[in-house]
Amino acid sequence: MQATDLLLSLIVLGLFSFYWSRGRSLALANPLGGIRNLHSLPSYYGLHAALWCTLPATFLLGIWLIFDEIVINGMVMTDLSPELIPSDNASYNLILNKVANIANGILPREDQPSGLLDAADNMLSLNVVSQWSITLLIITLAMSGLAWSSHKLKVDFRARPAVERVMQNLLLACACVAIFTTLGIVFSVLFESIQFFRSVPIYDFIFGLEWSPQTAIREDQVGSSGSFGAIPLFVGTLLVSAVAMFIAVPIGLMSAIYLAEYASDGVRTYAKPALEVLAGIPTVVYGFFAALTVAPFLRDLGASVGLTISSESALAAGGVMGIMIIPFISSLADDVITAVPQSMRDGSLAMGATQSETIRKVVIPAALPGIVGGIMLAISRAIGETMIVVMAAGLAAKLTANPLESVTTVTVQIVTLLTGDQEFDSPKTLAAFALGLMLFTVTLLLNIFALHIVKKYREQYE
Amino acid sequence: MKLASEQTLELDEGHVTVGQSFSDDPKMTMRNINVFYAEKQAIYDVSIDITKNEVIAMIGPSGCGKSTFLRTLNRMNDTVDGCRVEGDICMDGENLYAPNLDVVELRARVGMVFQKPNPFPKSIRDNVTYGPKIHGLADTRVDLDEILEKSLRKAGLWEEVKDRLDQPGTGLSGGQQQRLCIARAIAVSPEVILMDEPCSALDPIATAKIEELIEELSQNFTIAIVTHSMQQAARVSHRTAYFHLGKLIEVNPTEQVFTMPQHQLTEAYITGRFG
Amino acid sequence: MNNRSDTLSKIQHSLTRRNRAEARFRWYGRCAIFIGLLAVAVLFFDIISKGHGAFRATYIKLDIHYDPELIGINNLADNEQLSAGNWQALSKTALRNKFPDVSGRQDKRRLSKLLSNGAGFDLKDHLLANPQLLGKKESVWVLADDDIDTYFKSWLDGDAYDARMTAKQVQWIAQLHQEDLIALKFNSNLFSRGDSREPEQAGIRGAVMGSFLTLIMTLMLSFPIGVSAAIYLEEFAPKNRWTDFIEVNINNLAAVPSIIFGLLGLAIFINFFHVPRSVPIVGGLVLTLMTLPTIIITSRAAIKSVPPSIREAALGMGASKYQMVLHHVLPLALPGMLTGAIIGMAQALGETAPLLMIGMVAFIVDIPNGFSDPATVLPVQIFLWADSPERAFIEKTSAAIMVLLSFLIIMNTSAVWLRKRLERRW
Repeated sequence: MQATDLLLSLIVLGLFSFYWSRGRSLALANPLGGIRNLHSLPSYYGLHAALWCTLPATFLLGIWLIFDEIVINGMVMTDLSPELIPSDNASYNLILNKVANIANGILPREDQPSGLLDAADNMLSLNVVSQWSITLLIITLAMSGLAWSSHKLKVDFRARPAVERVMQNLLLACACVAIFTTLGIVFSVLFESIQFFRSVPIYDFIFGLEWSPQTAIREDQVGSSGSFGAIPLFVGTLLVSAVAMFIAVPIGLMSAIYLAEYASDGVRTYAKPALEVLAGIPTVVYGFFAALTVAPFLRDLGASVGLTISSESALAAGGVMGIMIIPFISSLADDVITAVPQSMRDGSLAMGATQSETIRKVVIPAALPGIVGGIMLAISRAIGETMIVVMAAGLAAKLTANPLESVTTVTVQIVTLLTGDQEFDSPKTLAAFALGLMLFTVTLLLNIFALHIVKKYREQYE
Repeated sequence: MKLASEQTLELDEGHVTVGQSFSDDPKMTMRNINVFYAEKQAIYDVSIDITKNEVIAMIGPSGCGKSTFLRTLNRMNDTVDGCRVEGDICMDGENLYAPNLDVVELRARVGMVFQKPNPFPKSIRDNVTYGPKIHGLADTRVDLDEILEKSLRKAGLWEEVKDRLDQPGTGLSGGQQQRLCIARAIAVSPEVILMDEPCSALDPIATAKIEELIEELSQNFTIAIVTHSMQQAARVSHRTAYFHLGKLIEVNPTEQVFTMPQHQLTEAYITGRFG
Repeated sequence: MNNRSDTLSKIQHSLTRRNRAEARFRWYGRCAIFIGLLAVAVLFFDIISKGHGAFRATYIKLDIHYDPELIGINNLADNEQLSAGNWQALSKTALRNKFPDVSGRQDKRRLSKLLSNGAGFDLKDHLLANPQLLGKKESVWVLADDDIDTYFKSWLDGDAYDARMTAKQVQWIAQLHQEDLIALKFNSNLFSRGDSREPEQAGIRGAVMGSFLTLIMTLMLSFPIGVSAAIYLEEFAPKNRWTDFIEVNINNLAAVPSIIFGLLGLAIFINFFHVPRSVPIVGGLVLTLMTLPTIIITSRAAIKSVPPSIREAALGMGASKYQMVLHHVLPLALPGMLTGAIIGMAQALGETAPLLMIGMVAFIVDIPNGFSDPATVLPVQIFLWADSPERAFIEKTSAAIMVLLSFLIIMNTSAVWLRKRLERRW
């Protein structure tokens, strides 16, 4: 049976065990004078049986789904006739693909070497064996689960606590998804990066001044060094982020201050959601806006005053990114500013300070840790922002601090290196993971630090 | 003592304040004050004078409007949305609610100390010099240090903090914080100091210190204090005003209020019938 | 007192300067708000002014003769004949009949370029739907080429863009316009078709379906997992290091750049678990991991807002902790959780970068029907079109953005409405 069929039959079996066990518990209880003689409500007995019937089997099914293909592929490749045995990784995958395609009937069987045909037949028969055995295993496991549960079913069986224990573990597992995600991120980028650093020394990567991944591919030579220096990317990323923060911080902060301290209720009700519209617009829309409206506008504006502004300038990408970040900063700042107790403001106003003096000398200094935390989160966002720079910034790595020129960023390079069909373990794709590792580390540090500051700040005024 | 029936505790519509609410040498004069929060009226037709260099205490049950009344005296009510003040409030003959009056100047002249100590999250020095700095009262650092020491001495805090002037004011004890707030208020040498239940968040020892301080300050400043504690009013004030449900019931010299109250409601309050 | 009058004069002296500073500060604040609002207005104006034209397309009215000989078929039921038929000839012949004096190979080719090269297949579909037309004549509005479309629209607006037009073509269009044979009509292709290399034939149906399937996948996974995690953390988790660690993880994941989730999906789901590329399943998995923190955080807030007194009441009746959560806390927290889920879904709907990593950026013409069909999503479609050199795609891109933004606006307003309507205030 296929995996989906198996899953469906498990659901049916589960439902059956639920009703069957519930019925049995009722049958046990009735002669004694009703369900109050049972330890738990009848549905808990049903749930107990259903859980025992389906959970272990589903778990097994998951494991099989993950490892079935890997194991079968391995077995097929070891049984391959000797003249076809591949020499390197790339041709290994090529042959494996061919065999799979023949087996699935995508490639015609005519004109294929007999070795491949044998392998394909081998794969087909292994598939059949694997599917039969998993079907058998799963049904057996489900039935024995049901048998175990019905063996336990007695009048004084504590079904509710047993069910609740299982439920709690399921909930815990869901909460742990967050941890597994982090682990998954760390391992996936770390593992590929280590492979990358085997061919390109980590020192050359972090401190190299030249970035041109194309040459390495053309020479098709692992370890051709000198073209994976990430400094221009780091500089480009910082330049774009700096332009963004230059726009977002003053505007975001001032609008938060105005909304929190000055604006009448009417202005607040309309201006605040209107500003937050900016936060809800997808980044791809900003990218389109930057590439097709802002960049040409800036270029023409520059031309009219005699400045050469590249049509992929850091200014356009960074400026639009800044606009995107305005609501992020303003809502974070608004939170921390309103968290400053009113008594602080009263104290200052009662001294005869004007409102702006109160804000600048009392409110902002008191809210400073929270504001700094918010700005750091915003920086981390700017560094990790992808679509705007992919669409509006350049591809060529240039080492410059001039925002009118075209620069490229870490995220742009990750996207360019990984879109399209590349061999997975070429240094080019591995470089993307190394860049990913840098990006993840930097943003993670920024986030942890910023969240820590903000948390401390909140506690101070709680 | 004869117990007043529940009926007599009700206020009649056209209530007139009893006692000596007016003064020959007033610092501030309030006439027919009504205060509204949006549609709700909080103060009803209050008229009273505050004499120069006196300590006047305002007492009354919770929600009687005494704090609201105090806040109209330096227009701190302006910061509350929907608050409206009617009537005349004058200081030295100048109308505080005149359209061309600058609240900044007013608040420099009428200082305020709040219920909960609210030092700024800055050093002790910065807390006290904040006012002089924003108002441009000191030209040099030396002047500023002089004001700092003078204010802290007046607030009775100098000896305790002179070695740690650059540590945060929030690190002091509650009573010290409140005295810091008083030092902060007197650093701009106001003419009147308003105190809104300044001891309600403090322990008895700290309270005693503040009360002592109020007595000393009364030589130089006019002080209006709102308090929840009748003992405190009795200890520190020269005159006492009793508020009930937004109306001013009785104003008399403190001694008289606590020994021979003129109005039944005042009597009921000080004998603990409600509060 | 001398000191006091001195102080007072100093204060009065400083007042003008300070009040001016106050006014200036207020003005900065107003400017900031204005710039922010201006950005919103410019953005929307720009998109709408670029994209509104795409909802109508240029059509040319031709007298089509469904001549079996011309097409080369005699039986509409024969699939082999249908696929071998010369359908393009239908429109080309009609066009030549319209302009009989056009001669020369180049001019003839120019003439046939007036029409979309998909025109023949549209006519085929039309004929198959109305088989009685075979051998008969009919006036049909035929889709024009994208260059013609761009030119005609700009010409109508009075600012003709004729960079890709020949003088003859301009003349033909003018003639057709005089005879009322060329017109703008509702562009149904935009909503009924998948992607295409030809701008006039490209539609967003495939991308919308892809987005829909991916979102369903995301919702099915992230809502139950997110709510379960929130329940565990709020109601059951012991206060220990492990729980703290989970919390720190969730908060950090919420701030990890989305492209990192793409790398995770590529390395784990595609290269390790061999989930096929470009399918809604893998897109849904990646977006699940990405939206999970949002859903967990909002769900926790919703659970937290249920007052403890209700929990105590349930426990006091002898309910087990699970019964308390299931019967009392969850129903009360549900509106807040749904609001969070909608916000998470809106975030997922607008997300592009991680999907580029897992191959949802492929050029896919067919409209996906299931979770394992290759698909793209609306934002990625926007990215692809924005990258295309054809001028007509700018209009399409903006129209697709308008559609995407309308979906997002609907989702966000319904979230706000839900919060206002259903959330209890305690």
